[in-house]
Amino acid sequence: MAHGPEKGIGRWLFSTNHKDIGTMYLWFSFAMFLLGGSFAMIIRAELFEPGMQLVKPEFFNQMTTMHGLVMVFGAIMPSFVGLANWMIPLQIGAPDMALPRMNNLSFWILPFGFALLASTLFMEGGAPAFGWTFYAPLSTTYAPSTVNFFIFGVHIIGASSIMGSINIIATVLNMRAPGMTMMKLPLFVWTWLITAFLLVAVMPVLAGTVTMMLMDINFGTSFFDAAGGGDPVLFQHVFWFFGHPEVYIIILPAFGVVSAVIPTFSRKPLFGYSSMVYATSAIAFLSFIVWAHHMFTVGMPLAGELYFMYATMLIAVPTGVKVFNWITTMFRGSLTFETPMLYAIAFIILFTIGGFTGLMMAMAPVDIQYHDTYFIVSHFHYVMVAGAVFAMTSGIYYWLPKWTGKMYNETMGKAQFWVSFIGFNIAFFPQHFLGLAGMPRRYADYALQFAEWNMVSSIGAFMYGAAQLFFLYNVIQTIVAGKPAPEEKTWEGAEGLEWTLSSPPPYHSFTTPPEVK
Amino acid sequence: MLSRLKRLVAYALTPLLLLSFAGLSSAKEASGGSPEGWGLLNLPIGVSSLSRNSYELHMILLWVCVGIGVVVFGIMFYSMIAHRKSKGHEPATFHESAKVELLWTIIPVIILIVLAAPATTYLVERYDTDEADMDIKITGYQWKWQYEYLGEGVQFMSELTTPESAIYGDTPKSEFYLSEVSEPLVLPVGKKIRFLVTSKDVIHSWWVIDLGVKKDAIPGFVNETWVRIDEPGVYRGFCTELCGKGHAFMPVVVNAVPEDEYNSWLADKKVAVAAERELAKKVFTLDELMAQGEEAYNRSCAACHMANGEGIPGAFPALKDSSVALGSVKTHLDVVVNGVAGTGMQAFGGQLSEVDLAAIITYERNAWGNDTKDIVQPVDVLKFKQGQ
Ligand code: HEC
Ligand code: HEM
Ligand SMILES: [Cu+2]
Ligand SMILES: [Cu+2]
Repeated sequence: MAHGPEKGIGRWLFSTNHKDIGTMYLWFSFAMFLLGGSFAMIIRAELFEPGMQLVKPEFFNQMTTMHGLVMVFGAIMPSFVGLANWMIPLQIGAPDMALPRMNNLSFWILPFGFALLASTLFMEGGAPAFGWTFYAPLSTTYAPSTVNFFIFGVHIIGASSIMGSINIIATVLNMRAPGMTMMKLPLFVWTWLITAFLLVAVMPVLAGTVTMMLMDINFGTSFFDAAGGGDPVLFQHVFWFFGHPEVYIIILPAFGVVSAVIPTFSRKPLFGYSSMVYATSAIAFLSFIVWAHHMFTVGMPLAGELYFMYATMLIAVPTGVKVFNWITTMFRGSLTFETPMLYAIAFIILFTIGGFTGLMMAMAPVDIQYHDTYFIVSHFHYVMVAGAVFAMTSGIYYWLPKWTGKMYNETMGKAQFWVSFIGFNIAFFPQHFLGLAGMPRRYADYALQFAEWNMVSSIGAFMYGAAQLFFLYNVIQTIVAGKPAPEEKTWEGAEGLEWTLSSPPPYHSFTTPPEVK
Repeated sequence: MLSRLKRLVAYALTPLLLLSFAGLSSAKEASGGSPEGWGLLNLPIGVSSLSRNSYELHMILLWVCVGIGVVVFGIMFYSMIAHRKSKGHEPATFHESAKVELLWTIIPVIILIVLAAPATTYLVERYDTDEADMDIKITGYQWKWQYEYLGEGVQFMSELTTPESAIYGDTPKSEFYLSEVSEPLVLPVGKKIRFLVTSKDVIHSWWVIDLGVKKDAIPGFVNETWVRIDEPGVYRGFCTELCGKGHAFMPVVVNAVPEDEYNSWLADKKVAVAAERELAKKVFTLDELMAQGEEAYNRSCAACHMANGEGIPGAFPALKDSSVALGSVKTHLDVVVNGVAGTGMQAFGGQLSEVDLAAIITYERNAWGNDTKDIVQPVDVLKFKQGQ
């Protein structure tokens, strides 16, 4: 017997429905995106001109740290978990996620984790100010006592991620409709499956890292304190053993979204499906063995440095394969440029630029010049914002009509895209120049020769920020007043099980498994 | 529709054009005259073999990336223009080809192998710290650098001289705003100089872009690197590892001079060290100590304890009405000379002269309403240090 959602707040608090939980993840992550974004606006406003105008340096450091933490753990990661919740059951023909109650728990502990983290802003000592990479001993011996809230917050967020991942693995491995073999899975499902394995592997390492910090701070151990026989560089090794796979955790689901959008608007099947699967697996494997490319200046032995340089260079190969495959998918297709496609194309271009700078940074002797400058800041915003966030936005425009049964306004969507795209590039391209000219990152104030490009960058950042409010408006406008979406297929070229359902899909979909030929 | 596409092409190509612009501007730079402001687009070539090699590799990488970008994006834009539905283009159906996929796996591998060759050579060169002509120990502190000329008995602190008022916009910013220090590191050109880099508190990183040297200063460990500077000049750099609130305020300034000039500077420096030692025997008045103390306090202590002595709650204690500043002189001396292990409070005994230490302590015991009337003389500091 199909039944509808519960009435009132209970529908959300006690939800075990993958669509409701997906929706909550998406709204939560968007709220975090705006929060992290407002921190970024403070940073860019302070950096608009040389001199300290708005905040004190210690608060500036809190802003950079909180911005990074909130964006990585609060905005990007949960948004893709939300997308997974919504789409994986629909794409594999399952009635729900495999572990619906755990699903509820893994969402509902997140707001508590972030409340803990954000509450430090109002405490004596202030929020974490040691960077999102929280290197010891700045984050241990020299940190204010609020660091304990940060540690606990990270534990909660990590537990949420691990539960979410286990759920995804269990769902993909056990709940596929008859005939949905592994090599027929949509790429979004494949990339998420691999991402989930990465998460299960490295989240415990992050938990271990913060636990070691906790011990050093409160229980007299010296993991990261040379005076007691420990080593501050050990911190960086364990952190990046988590941290490098983490960046692929962020980008792989984005690859999945783009691999769905590009074929749809090219009206042509994805080129090289199986090599895409292998390339994703190769990237995932390599991501475990390159971590110390973040540490080329810590004083590793020559052999270690050479190894990490060569291994990192290798990652460019499977990454390149993915880009070539997308472009070949477009080649000789029948292209149209609706908003999701615009975002996906922008993703390919800008992510590739981020990949180029990644390749440059892989080369240790020149990374010594790039390291910890704005060049790095530019690199990771090209891969994380123009990569992950653009793909996410593409995915939302793409599936929003499916979720809501309403069609967004195409003109508004495109306008929003252009403001985002132009704003992003004005904000972040000049940061390459700043870094190369010698401006270090995480600087509250800077020498006068950096003034011009910083001002340009800030203007672009405000523009990009405004574009996100525009996006929020578009989404709400669609939900409230959008025209009805086409019955099933919103997009002429779309393939996949989700497009066989009505728009919006029934509250419980695929209660009888579909047949996949 | 077409105009939209043109726009798309234009915007998407902008970054690429800018990238090539960056390349061109560096050519201009090579022909003399250092760029500034809008023209600051590329890595400087610098004045050592390390920085030149980094620059060379950087330019190779840049052009390789531009080349790949032109081909890849070129194909993409071609198909965005030629294969549009609005032009009536029918989609092809191909979706696999082992041959091309093999090809675009092998070609990047070959490019990478070619790139790995110079990268390996340059990296090996960077690690060759043997047979140095002299050693400089660089120690990072929150938020200043200490330079020690090993074997010469010369050491000094190098800290930012840009006043707070310029940072907060009350006075104009000078030409070298945030890149000016109390005493630059003076080095001879043409000599192989080995740097031993370490830290006394958190991790810092010592970077001078024109020298091509960046090395992390890690508490409890000593990192080695080296440089041979080819041209005399003043080279400015920064701390590049987040080290707390003063991270942006601990620049590096290197003054590279010809060898004979360096030698006479070093000789003068040794004379000054001896004179300072003599000064420590003198007896000062309260007013003298207070005047010097205020100046030295603002330079060395105000970053944490603030100029008004009120500290930053939750991070750095107030010295106004503090039990240490009002309590026994011996404890006060102990805290300042030896620091407090495991906190931001450094051991200033090795950083400041006896005169400065005495002046600061006297100042702290008498400023902001801390009216102890205690006078601490440089000899008291000396005795305290020797008594340990
Ligand atoms: C990098 C930050 C920093 C700087 C610079 C610094 N201090 Fe401190 N200072 C601290 C911290 C942190 C403590 C608290 C140590 C503790 O927990 O006992 C402290 C404590 C003290 C105390 C003891 C106060 C009390 O009531 O317990 C005195 C006295 C003191 N500092 C003097 C100085 C002097 C003199 C200077 C300059 C020569 C200086 N400090 C520079 C961080 C700093
Ligand atoms: C071609 C693929 C890539 C290569 C070769 C690469 C290489 C590198 C290297 C060598 C660094 C360290 C540079 C330094 O600090 O000196 C780095 C930093 C970084 N990369 Fe990448 N990268 C790639 C793709 C990505 C992707 C896909 C993401 C995320 C979506 C990403 C996110 C980051 C982040 C966040 C940092 C900075 C971390 C920090 O210090 O705060 N990168 N990358
Ligand atoms: Cu990495
Ligand atoms: Cu620093």
